[in-house]
Parts: sequence; structure tokens; C-alpha cells
Amino acid sequence: MSDRVRLAGVHKRFGDKHVLKGIDLSVAEHDVVCLIGSSGSGKSTILRCINLLETVDEGAIYLDGEIITRRETDPNLVRQFVGIVFQSYNLFPHMNVLDNVTLSPRRVHGKGRVEAEDHAVALLERFGLSDKVYEFPDRLSGGQQQRVAVVRALATEPELLLLDEITAALDPELVGEVLGVIRDLITDGMTLILATHEMGFARDVATRVCFLDDGAILEEGPPDQFFSDPKMPRTQQFLRRVIDAGRL
Amino acid sequence: MTDTDNREPAEAIELPAGSRFVSPGSPGLFNGLFGQSGSKGALVAFASTVLFLVVAAIVILNSEAWPKVQNQFLNWEHFKASFPAILGAFWLDMQMFAVAEVLILSFALLVAVLRVLRGPAFFPLRVLSTIYIDLFRGVPLLLVIFLLGFGVPALDLPGVPKSPMFWGIVSLVLSYSAYTAEVYRSGLESVHESQRAAARALGLTQWQALRFAILPQAIRNVIPALLNGLVSLQKDVALISVLGLREAVREAEIYKARTFNYTSLLVAAILFLIVSVPVARFADWYTARDRRARTKGLQ
Repeated sequence: MSDRVRLAGVHKRFGDKHVLKGIDLSVAEHDVVCLIGSSGSGKSTILRCINLLETVDEGAIYLDGEIITRRETDPNLVRQFVGIVFQSYNLFPHMNVLDNVTLSPRRVHGKGRVEAEDHAVALLERFGLSDKVYEFPDRLSGGQQQRVAVVRALATEPELLLLDEITAALDPELVGEVLGVIRDLITDGMTLILATHEMGFARDVATRVCFLDDGAILEEGPPDQFFSDPKMPRTQQFLRRVIDAGRL
Repeated sequence: MTDTDNREPAEAIELPAGSRFVSPGSPGLFNGLFGQSGSKGALVAFASTVLFLVVAAIVILNSEAWPKVQNQFLNWEHFKASFPAILGAFWLDMQMFAVAEVLILSFALLVAVLRVLRGPAFFPLRVLSTIYIDLFRGVPLLLVIFLLGFGVPALDLPGVPKSPMFWGIVSLVLSYSAYTAEVYRSGLESVHESQRAAARALGLTQWQALRFAILPQAIRNVIPALLNGLVSLQKDVALISVLGLREAVREAEIYKARTFNYTSLLVAAILFLIVSVPVARFADWYTARDRRARTKGLQ
């Protein structure tokens, strides 16, 4: 089966900081790829490059076999197929939940108000937010805001969803509800790439785990093998620390 | 009988002698921060204000020149005589004020948006708006009015209006828009970068991200500053009088020149105050309300 997304030798620099050092990564349909690694290892930058929120300095990114990291690409067309959810939710505070969710379907995808709102309400209902349709973001808990953010990304019906540490800013007791949403998406067969610190969750749901260290993928493999029998010393050290911290 | 009834009164708690946290003669943390509290403080404030006003009044009213000044500036007959014409002229001020404000709010927004656009294609526009802002913030409004109001009509260009009202309003709009554009820009920059990223990530174009995500938040952030500019513009409209336009200040001067009595200027001053004070109070009220709404949102 052909790859939905492929990164080939991707480099990214911020000034003289070399944050991605030749990333190769292939993601097939229905894959759930978990990017793990310490903060600053380049997880978020990979996701932002795939969504074209960052430009790539070297190498190429392919979406369904077509190169998207070139000047001619319209990033807005790419983003209609690739959704992203951020760590800090980034809901629009001046709009209620319904307007947040329907903004892109209406303005970008040209749906009518009624159609967009019906779809949005159905999605919100599905993720247990039917009583929050007309609330403003500042009236919601972190977990509810993040679920709205996921629904907002889903409302554009992306074929690939990027999740950038979306539970990292949540109170511990709110993490579960957001992870539950991700599980639902996986059940639906959504193709996912997620940067995460939730190792236990990664072990449960990932089809593949990639360990990033200092801008490079140091080790990758199926979660069973990755977590029980890591090959590289740096991976072993990282996982030992994670276990010591009680996160696995 | 409840528990509370058994409690010792608060006054009964005695600080141990030589407490480490109370220095003798200190006003205490809260009094020190907020001034004297309670009715005693209010009484002192009131008394000192009255005392000051009484002393000032005695000094002024007993000065040798007072009767002359009173007649020159506070003459009731002249007040009544000059009032109708100045009021009519003041209506013109208010009309120009309204037209100028609408134009300023729209033109300044355009300039501010041009200044924050990204991408090399917009570089010339960014430069242009920066030059414009530097230019018109640096030149006194009065000079702009003189230069445009007398200069452009003197060129005698076909099809270009010569009316002082037209060029007066143009001057106000050009000068005030430079400031107001900077107010808008500070608002645009106060919206966190992640909001733009979120909008772009949803597939919105740069314009759509501005229009739907950034601008509504930016404008809300600067409404107090915009209201402040409104108060200021309301009185600067009077500067157009230098072009000979018969608005309130000009009308008052005409009366003064005819009668050698300055009361007409006071009439104009009062008319401007009647409009500007409520606007200023409204601006304060709105700012306070907005701040309350935000602090509530944070909790």
C-alpha cells in the first residue's frame, strides 16, 4: 500500500539551531504513528512541517505521492486534507463553540450555514459536547476545550490528523477524556501522527513508535518491541527515566 | 445558641509586645497602599479640597483686576447674545467630527493591516504605510491643516475641491489615522501568534485569518485607546477654524472681534465640554467593564 505521507531527508533550521537533521518517515493509511522524545527533540516541528506551518530547508515531504514542499504548493489546499490540533487548544476566544467549529467548513470549504452547523452539532454530540454548543471557550474546562479543538479539526473532514502533545497542557484528571477521543478516532480508521508524552497510551494505540533525539529519529518500531526491547542506549536511558517518573 | 456567639471579639486579640511584624507608628500594609480608609480619610480629603477652593476664590475675587476680567470673560449678557450663533456653528463641528471619525477608523485600519501583512509581495505596501505613519505622526496637525488647506487650493488644479471644510477634514483624517493605525497595530500584535497559526492550519487564507480570527480580538483589545482618540479628535476639529471656516471657535472669535468681549470663547469651551465629558466618562466606564469581564474570564 502506498504511503499517505512520506518525509525524505527533511532538515529544518531556526537560525543557527538545527532542529531537524534528516528525518525519514513514512505513514500509511490507518497508521497511528507516535512521536516520542524529550522536549525540544523536534516532534512538534515535524508536525508543523507536514502542515506547512513551517517551511522545510532541505529534503521533501510527499502527500499521497505528490511533493508538497515546493513553491507551487498552495498550503491552504494541503491543510484541507491535513488537520492539526495544538497543545494549547488555540480556540478562538471571541467565538462560541459552534462558530469555532463551523468557521473553516463555511469559509474554506464553502458549506452553507445549515449544513455546516448540522455536521458540527453531530460531531459535538458524538464527543459529549452537545450541551456546550453555544458556550464560549473561556467557560469550558481544558479537557472540553481540547475536545472542541479536535472537533474543529475534524469538521473539515481531514484525511490525516496531526496531534501535537494535545494532552500536555491538561490537568491530570482531564487527560483521560481527551485520550478517549483519540481512541474513537483510531477506531474510525483515521490516519494519525501524534507527538505525545503519554507512553502508556502510545504503547496501547500506536501502530508504530518513533523515538526522536536531537532532531533525528533514533529508533522506531512497533510499540511492543520498542517498549520492551529498545536497541539503542539513548532509547533505553529515555525509557528508564520515563519509568522512574512513573509515566509508564 | 450558635458557635459564633462564643467567639471572642476580634479586638480582644492582643499582639505580643515587640511583635516582629508590626512597627510602632506604621500605617499598616493596607492603609499604606490605599490611603487612609474609612470616614476619617474622606472627611480630610473633603475638607482640604474645600479649603483650597475657598482660598483660591478669595485670592482671585479680591485681586484688583477681577471686576475687569469678570466683565471681559463672564458677562451674562454677552453669553446670551453670542450663544445661538456659536451653537449653530458648533453643530458644524460635530458633523465634521462624525465624518472624520468614521473615515479615520476605516483608513487607519487599512494602514495598520498593510503594515502587518506578511510575504515579500507586500513589501512595498509595508514600506509605504510605514513612511505615511512616520510622516504624519511627526508633523503638527495645525501645520498639516495650513499646508493642505491653503496649499492645495492655491494649486488651482481642475476637479480638485477647494473648500476649507474638505481640506480640513482631509488633514484631520491623515493626521489622526497615523496615530490610530499604530493603535490598531498594537492591538494586532497583542493577539498571540498561535491564533494565526490555528486559523491558517484550518485552511484559512491570510486575509480570512485576519478577518475572522485576529481582527475581532485586536479591535476589542484597543477599544479604550480608540475611545481616547475620539475625545481628542472632538476638540481638534476646532483647529479647522484657522482656514476661516465658520465653526464654533471661529464664530466665537468673530463675536469677540466685534464686541471686544471674550465671553463668547467661554461659550464655545462649554459646548465642547458638554460633548467631551460624557464621551470621556463612557470611555472610562467601558474600559472598567471590559477589564472586569476579562478578569472574570481568567478565573
